[in-house]
Amino acid sequence: MATNEYQASTATGRIANFVDSRVGASGIVKEFGRKIFPDHWSFMFGEVAMYTFVLLLLSGTFLTFFFDPSMAHVTYNGSYVPMKGIGMSTAMASTMEISFDVRGGLFMRQVHHWSALLFVASLSVHMLRVFFTGAFRRPRELNWVVGGVLLIMGLAAGFTGYSLPDDLLSGNGLRIIDGVMKALPIVGTYLSMFFFGGEFPGDTVIPRLYSLHIMIVPAIIILLIVIHLFMVVTHKHTQYPGPGRTNDNVVGFPVGPVYAAKAGGFFFIVFGIVALIAGLFQINPVWNYGPYDPSPVSAGTQPDWYIGFVDGALRLMPGVLGNFSFEWIIPFPWGDNTLVLSVLLPALVPAGALFAVMFAWPWIERWVTKDDREHHLLDRPRNAPFRTAMGVAGVIFYSVMWAAASSDLIATHFHVALNDVTYWLRALFFLGPILGFWLTRRICLSLQRKDREIVLHGREAGIIQMSPEGGFSEKHEEIDVYKRYLLTNYVDRQYIPAQPDAAGHVSGSEKRRAALSKFFFEDRVAPVTPSELEAAHASHGHHEVEGDKQDSITK
Amino acid sequence: MKALSKKRRHPLAAVALLLFGLLITGSLYTAAGNISEAKAAETTTASQADVEEGQKLFVANCATCHGMNAEGSDSGPSLIGVGAASVDFQVGTGRMPMQMQGPQAQVKPVQFDDEQISQLAAYVASLGAGPAIPDEEYLDTTQGDAAHGGTVFRVNCAMCHNAAAAGGALTRGKFAPTLTGVSEKHIYEAMATGPQNMPVFNDSNITPEEKRDVITFLKTIEANGSAGGAALGSLGPVAEGLFTWTAGLGIIIAFTIWLTSRPS
Repeated sequence: MATNEYQASTATGRIANFVDSRVGASGIVKEFGRKIFPDHWSFMFGEVAMYTFVLLLLSGTFLTFFFDPSMAHVTYNGSYVPMKGIGMSTAMASTMEISFDVRGGLFMRQVHHWSALLFVASLSVHMLRVFFTGAFRRPRELNWVVGGVLLIMGLAAGFTGYSLPDDLLSGNGLRIIDGVMKALPIVGTYLSMFFFGGEFPGDTVIPRLYSLHIMIVPAIIILLIVIHLFMVVTHKHTQYPGPGRTNDNVVGFPVGPVYAAKAGGFFFIVFGIVALIAGLFQINPVWNYGPYDPSPVSAGTQPDWYIGFVDGALRLMPGVLGNFSFEWIIPFPWGDNTLVLSVLLPALVPAGALFAVMFAWPWIERWVTKDDREHHLLDRPRNAPFRTAMGVAGVIFYSVMWAAASSDLIATHFHVALNDVTYWLRALFFLGPILGFWLTRRICLSLQRKDREIVLHGREAGIIQMSPEGGFSEKHEEIDVYKRYLLTNYVDRQYIPAQPDAAGHVSGSEKRRAALSKFFFEDRVAPVTPSELEAAHASHGHHEVEGDKQDSITK
Repeated sequence: MKALSKKRRHPLAAVALLLFGLLITGSLYTAAGNISEAKAAETTTASQADVEEGQKLFVANCATCHGMNAEGSDSGPSLIGVGAASVDFQVGTGRMPMQMQGPQAQVKPVQFDDEQISQLAAYVASLGAGPAIPDEEYLDTTQGDAAHGGTVFRVNCAMCHNAAAAGGALTRGKFAPTLTGVSEKHIYEAMATGPQNMPVFNDSNITPEEKRDVITFLKTIEANGSAGGAALGSLGPVAEGLFTWTAGLGIIIAFTIWLTSRPS
């Protein structure tokens, strides 16, 4: 037996064989190495998120070497003069030390913060890409949910990290969290006391957030990334429709060696971009904000961008509406308790609704369309007008709240009244999504009609021809078969009326499904059928100019 | 004492007590007011000629809104008792004469030279006691304490002017301007007189020495610049988020397109 064993001839070969014969790495390399990734720029945002996360781990580890999350009081005596002799927490003092007295500390802080902003931004763009191309459909529904949880964990990581320096800006953010907790009736005060370890701000919240920020949240994120990638490998990557690309194959480069080289290089590109930004642009200058003190609130106090939409919702909410107050006092046998809806509604409802619809969407779509097939070919957004319109409505809903978080800066920079900005955004909060839905669907349907027109009558060549009679017409060129394939081959979703079940009864939920289906698919543009194409070709004949002339005469 | 206690039920006793109380309150208030304005009165040294010249300028340039005797009108407030510091600030920063009525006076190129401004200030100061143009002593940033000034600034000023003094929005189109590039004297005068929608921080509220500390803080952060690179307007997370979504993602998208493009 021993004589049959493979003997490597080089030293490297012998080491490789030694490892392989013990852990079987070649099998894993084979599986992963042959994994095919299709090439499209919009597929790379997930990668960007992963790379910025690696940067967060690297720079974050550096920061933990110097950061002390204690809330004990010290007098600052570092090298930043405008803060010398001021009392602050140890957390703030060590942030100041990292910024001004640790070599490369400020750069690392800025790398960490800029990567965090980019991490959540690329996660969001990745999710938008997945949504608008329909990549969440069977078999990828669960991976969509994992991605959504990753986004929420990204927000959690961001918020816990943002609060750590214990500066004025982040302290104001924690004060809002404190306010939201206290707005809950009965349990609110207790919840706040437990969280802050006593009356706000207490002296335990920063160490607690630190544990979450450097251990639990990153651990969950790493776990979710592993699950996410595992599922990507299992499901194989989706691809845009095109010549040779079907629901049963993936066209692209294998991981080894081409894609691995590209992806590895791309990591360093992202690293370089972040390093360049961190080196040139200041972020979160805690020395400007000063140490946290519950009395001052600075103008321009905002959370980082990804929490902005919740802050904006709070800013949009009126405290009273005419004579109607949103602060309710509920009499209990043991005394009055307050239910502060003007805080609870905006803080919890819009974000909750947004995430609920986001998580449920694959199932909503499956339910309405009754489409439970596997989809590995992506939709062009225009070919799923209902979904694209819903997505745009969601984006507008989010963006209105997001914009409201910067209402004060909109007011000062565009020279408009702060009150007017608020009134407009309040109106847009309700009307914007409706308007966006309607407009987007009309645009999608028009684009589909344009596609039909191009398939049936060819592309405008830009060549004007004059006929012997003196009439002018534009020459239309027939498009090639590849392009035609792209324009005619898409999932044609139709209105499915309510179906009776086995007993012949039409259930209520089926009626609601049918109503939604009608709303989504009543207006639709059907793809060109072969017979339509033939008919169009027959009427045009081989002399397109004549055909056009005929058109102009008959019309 | 017996005589007094006999008369305490006299019908006029209550009136007398009330008058006595008002007298005490009034004199204490006047005394306190005089203390905080004592410095003001001392430093106002303007000749009668200046006052007369100032009155001419006033009648020609300001009386339309503020009235012929600075008594005020529907279009502008009375200037009696606003003091020389007010005039020096409003005219010296170009806010007055006002370009147009609006939520608040906007900065524009200064319309008068230093002599004319001091004549105008002398005239308005002659109408009634008010905060005077501050002494050089309180504008000298070498004597101030930037760290203490920073604390005072964050507690009293940052809610409108932003922690980095970049300015901020107020209601109905009013705003707190950025403090970058504002002279020491004008910062002091603004605190002392409360121009536009700003509250007055008088000398018992923020002492002249503390005002100097605030000025020192502002001048220090202005001179220091931003330690971490371009400050993006010192506007906080909004500017940072905008930068991430435009420049940051923009550059990354450019690279993704480059990476996935192939020669065709």
